[in-house]
Amino acid sequence: MATLSLQNIRKLYSTFEAIKGVDLEIEDKDFTVFVGPSGCGKTTLLRMIAGLEEISGGDLLIDGQRMNDVGPADRGLAMVFQSYALYPHMTVADNMAFALRLAGVPKAERNAKVLEAAKTLQLDHLLHRRPKELSGGQRQRVAIGRSIVRNPKVFLFDEPLSNLDAALRVQMRVEIAKLHERLNATTIYVTHDQIEAMTMATKIVVLNGGRIEQVGSPLELYHHPANMFVAGFIGAPKMNMLAAQVTAVGANDVTVTVAGGIAVRVPVLPTGLRVGDQVTLGLRPEHLVLGAEGIPGRAVVAEHLGAQSYFYVDLGDGQTVIVQADGQNRTQVHDQVRLAPNETACHLFGQDGMALPRSTPPANDLAPPTPIRAVR
Amino acid sequence: MQQQFRQKLIISIVAWAIAIIMFFPIFWMVLTGFKTEVDAVASPPQLFFKPTLESYAEVQQRANYVFFAWNSILISVGATICAILLAVPAAYAMAFFPTKRTRKTLLWMLSTKMLPPVGVLVPIYLLMRDAGLLDNRLALVIVYTLMNLPIAVWLLFTFFKEVPHDILEAGRMDGAKPRQEIWMILLPLALPGIASTALLSVILCWNEAFWSLNLTSSSAAPLTTFIASFSSPEGLFFAKLSAASTIAIAPIMVFGWMSQKQLVQGLTFGAVK
Repeated sequence: MATLSLQNIRKLYSTFEAIKGVDLEIEDKDFTVFVGPSGCGKTTLLRMIAGLEEISGGDLLIDGQRMNDVGPADRGLAMVFQSYALYPHMTVADNMAFALRLAGVPKAERNAKVLEAAKTLQLDHLLHRRPKELSGGQRQRVAIGRSIVRNPKVFLFDEPLSNLDAALRVQMRVEIAKLHERLNATTIYVTHDQIEAMTMATKIVVLNGGRIEQVGSPLELYHHPANMFVAGFIGAPKMNMLAAQVTAVGANDVTVTVAGGIAVRVPVLPTGLRVGDQVTLGLRPEHLVLGAEGIPGRAVVAEHLGAQSYFYVDLGDGQTVIVQADGQNRTQVHDQVRLAPNETACHLFGQDGMALPRSTPPANDLAPPTPIRAVR
Repeated sequence: MQQQFRQKLIISIVAWAIAIIMFFPIFWMVLTGFKTEVDAVASPPQLFFKPTLESYAEVQQRANYVFFAWNSILISVGATICAILLAVPAAYAMAFFPTKRTRKTLLWMLSTKMLPPVGVLVPIYLLMRDAGLLDNRLALVIVYTLMNLPIAVWLLFTFFKEVPHDILEAGRMDGAKPRQEIWMILLPLALPGIASTALLSVILCWNEAFWSLNLTSSSAAPLTTFIASFSSPEGLFFAKLSAASTIAIAPIMVFGWMSQKQLVQGLTFGAVK
């Protein structure tokens, strides 16, 4: 069992700074997910924790001990690679036992541990196969098995599901979540897929351009994004961002006008805002209601998923918004529609892209908001 | 359809023509070996003649084939082992821990192969003479090792490049020291490539004539010297020379033919797939 502490971690590649000072505390038994667009530094950060990349600056502590100069095998970590990185010339059993063999564990003990891990992962009938004789999902399980056998303090996953097809990905997602439940080991998981992050994490770290944008639980990030980047990255379909102008500033709310001259009163603290300022109104698709009043537009695309439907609505000024509606909704493409925003669930972002602090919790917030740490 | 067929036909004709042109000298050599000395120089050249083993008998009588062949084997295999042993760590370092100058170093190594060997004949001859290695197998092993080292490093470098980095990193995470990483992971994965490199090196050593003719005379002489000993400034010797050549290249031909699949696969498809 382990805690990790990253203190002002930096990574410099000759002139390019890939990681620009990351501070992060990872608690024991946390399932932490690093998420962000490609090139944001999430894999680099994971590899620095693993010991596969040198740390250019700052300190990495595992259980309070500085690990910067400790070799990858001696940090007590195990890693599952995106490509699985199984040893192609070894059987499944040998793959899983390799670390123990190098560590000089006696053969009987090795076999027992491998068998135990194989049973957990339903691999016991495949132990004598070679990696190329396995399916993608089975290879994935061997890669996980190889890390379990070592009984590490921390599990590291580097985009482990990105080579699997959609159905298998969902299945493995559930299996990894179950495994974490059972092993209760500290886990760090890297993905570019925000759905994986939302479904598995106890804590999400959103990275962008080598910096942490926000750290929080999945629902914290969903309901209290610290800035426009997090707001746009977390949630599918994406949050709608509408250009808006401040028309009135109250003590506990701000009124803005959006396309079609519609006024929206957003319950946020108007820190530093003045009438006439240009701001951005953030609205999730489920917080817009198709009806008789609100922002006018024309439906251009309809996606019927059964339980719900998504409509892409052209507001006529170059902006398109996505609206979630009931699966029974009969709106047709080319219909003129109106969208009523759910004011209490709206987000308001200043010109610097930072969210204005809420004065009341949003309507459908499940968890009470905990302090959000935003870095920028 | 018609055009595709015509294209195929042209390609086939060109391929066969090239193959025949390349094979013809060998074919003629084998044929000449079975002629009498008079038939061998007959003008116009004879395709049909009464075959005889006369030349082979005379070659056997005049020189100990097995002795030369044994030298060829010792020198080729010895030089190949040395070259591989030196090239593996070099290629490993270049493939997995490249620096800014790695590419240039590789090119420079290969460029040494562009220098005509005769350019360094005198210095190497003097070095070997002073070291007392003239007509010594060790001299050829050293020269052949150095001669094939650039090619071996280059080939192994490309094979190692194809070994996924992740697999070696997984080994590192599992606690493999560099030596274990090379021995237990990299070499098994790159084995087809290493085998191809070794095969090529053996063939190149076997066929090398310049250094063997200049640095050996009798006790360390390989088969190339054996062949050359049958040429003479006067008299008829083509049939004997051809017979000697045929039995000198026969082992490497058989060896090459047997390892053909391995060689082609290794040199074209890469080591890991």
